[in-house]
Amino acid sequence: MGEKKASGNKITGFFKWLAADIADIGTTFTDGSWKTKLSYLIMGGGQLLRGQYARGIAFLALECGMLWFIFGFGMNYLKDFLTLGTKGRGFNPDGTISYGDNSFFILLYGLLTIIVIIALILVWRLNLRDNRNSERLLKEGKHLPSNRKDLHSLLDQNFDKTLLALPLLGIFVFTALPIIFMICVAFTNYDFNHQPPAQLFQWVGLENFRNIVTVGGKGNFGGTFFTVLLWTLVWAFFATFLNYFLGMGVAILINKKGVKLKKLWRTILVMTIAVPQFVSLLYVGKMFASDGLVNSYLIKWGIIEKAIPFWTNPTYARILIIVINLWIGIPYMMLIATGLLMNIPADLYESARIDGANQFQMFMKITLPYMLFVTGPFLLTSFIGNLNNFNVIFLLNQGQPQSMKLTGGAGYTDLLVTWLYKMTINDTNYKMAAVIGIMVFLVTAVISLVVYNFLPSVKDEEGFQ
Amino acid sequence: MKAKKRAGLTVTYIVLILISIIWLFPFFCLVLQSFRSYQGEFGGMVNYLVPKKFSLDSYKFLFQEGSQYTRWYTNTLIIAFVTALLQTIVVICVSYALSRMRFAGRRALMNVWLVLGMFPGFLTMICLYFLLKQLGLTQAGAVPGLILINVASSGMGYYVCKGYFDTIPKSLDEAARIDGASRAQILVQMIIPLAKPIIIYTALVSFMAPWCDYIFASYVAFGHSDSYNVAVAMQRWVWTNDYQGYFTRFCAGGILVAIPVTILFMCLQKYYVEGVTGGAVKG
Repeated sequence: MGEKKASGNKITGFFKWLAADIADIGTTFTDGSWKTKLSYLIMGGGQLLRGQYARGIAFLALECGMLWFIFGFGMNYLKDFLTLGTKGRGFNPDGTISYGDNSFFILLYGLLTIIVIIALILVWRLNLRDNRNSERLLKEGKHLPSNRKDLHSLLDQNFDKTLLALPLLGIFVFTALPIIFMICVAFTNYDFNHQPPAQLFQWVGLENFRNIVTVGGKGNFGGTFFTVLLWTLVWAFFATFLNYFLGMGVAILINKKGVKLKKLWRTILVMTIAVPQFVSLLYVGKMFASDGLVNSYLIKWGIIEKAIPFWTNPTYARILIIVINLWIGIPYMMLIATGLLMNIPADLYESARIDGANQFQMFMKITLPYMLFVTGPFLLTSFIGNLNNFNVIFLLNQGQPQSMKLTGGAGYTDLLVTWLYKMTINDTNYKMAAVIGIMVFLVTAVISLVVYNFLPSVKDEEGFQ
Repeated sequence: MKAKKRAGLTVTYIVLILISIIWLFPFFCLVLQSFRSYQGEFGGMVNYLVPKKFSLDSYKFLFQEGSQYTRWYTNTLIIAFVTALLQTIVVICVSYALSRMRFAGRRALMNVWLVLGMFPGFLTMICLYFLLKQLGLTQAGAVPGLILINVASSGMGYYVCKGYFDTIPKSLDEAARIDGASRAQILVQMIIPLAKPIIIYTALVSFMAPWCDYIFASYVAFGHSDSYNVAVAMQRWVWTNDYQGYFTRFCAGGILVAIPVTILFMCLQKYYVEGVTGGAVKG
């Protein structure tokens, strides 16, 4: 209830701010000199006339560039945005192939154009505000900052803009824009039968989402989705907590008073972090294959008669993956725990010993609470990381064993992300891949929000005494 | 009491030795199998571990004429070096701006990045592929393409580095500013030297990541074997060619990759531990 009220306030606040902003644009125009008024049409015009060439040129260049992009390029795509193209591939009167519309680029560049238009409006607003500030400064009889000072400020007061410009551009083009694009794809029928440039794809609304929660329907996406989701959660739970406690255990063993060669033990364990995973995991995956080393030796020694189907039996495969993941995960947790264990004040243990506590009680009452408190955020990020742990699953057995009961090439050890990958690569079923991606996001976001609000170290930074 | 303690220690040692054996055994097997003779025995999967005759057949194969192994190795080296260099610079820039500067929209920016980070990376694969294709950076141009993709999104991985910057007292900055230093000078002359451990950590992690990059690398280089990196190429050897006896060749190729990377990691282990521990506590 409280949250709803707060968001309500935010919305009314936003509209109030918007109204004030529009009013401000008006007063800037009516009160402004002709130089400012010129800037309404030619951005940076006012600045140029006042001698602030650096700013003026920057604004003018931005305006020209964006307008050129919008009208010279983007509009061709944006105009078809609502239909994603109407003209399929066909033949020209002279017999050559005409390609018609390309839905993919209409969607991608249409989105880009919308964003550029928004950006243009924001830059335009910035330009007006800058004009207004300059006018006020002049009215007060002060000097405007010189060009030199403007440029120098990019290394000083405005250094953040210099630092963030390129990273922001990179993240926008190669992360944000593709994600927005794929979210849109989830609402289209972009798949194997609708592949540009040969075919068009269209908006289909919520059909794909209905598909993924319908058990037993067309293609049984729902059944597969819930199977895979359940395994993903089970996997993430075991992978996180087994690694956590066993890693901590190993760290305590190595840290024990009197154990020599501490560095050697750690170095041996860290080998699995150092060796690239594609070497170690691929090799270990092969060790457990039906013709791999483990099975051959077990047969040779007469312990078993037929090869154990490590990777083709769903239950064996799942258990084995969790076990092999320990091999990768324990060292990582061991490194973290080693540093933290040393931070626990020794006198805590001392006084516990005097009170007659044994090792186990000390672990439960001192070590564990401290570790849980300090590593709460780590547990969360590591859980999320395991939800998306592509490498371990894919390098070990590619999500096998596959089954006729599961659709989209999914197997019983597939995580949502590996299923997404298969859907993109093998099935070229982009629409469902996009839906799964959004589902992964939802799972991640819900878990993060819930856990984050329960974390003691977030609530109370000084809590542990 | 003393006997009990000694017994405890003995048990500890036994457990540690067992763990060490389990941990090293696969690597031991890997090395042994890479020395199996290709001609005399067989290069695929066999049912014994110790080769009947040690030979360098598999290693020779990697460097013989017509083998693209050196090409793949160079590709990966180039990707790893350039990515490590550029990514470290980007991360430092972003971390400094977010740690030291207060600007409008800072919180919003961090939240948006957090939300973007919750989407799985492979979701956007198809879109990135077409973006790269527009720039001519797929297939033959896959190496620069991969570098571009690696570096472009690296700004979002600022958490550990920013966390470290936050621990450097702000009063140092203020003192330097009173002395007339600009923000840029503070970053280059003061913060970077002070943050050496975390910078080495960032560089190390971003250097090691491309060696394992299979998913995207195989997609971007699709079908153009000159642009493969080692991970993609070795993967294909194991999965599609192992019945032809490529298994021992994979072992040999994998070892040649693992040795330099492992040595590098072991040398910089100290910094890695520092970064990982710092990152874990701050989240």
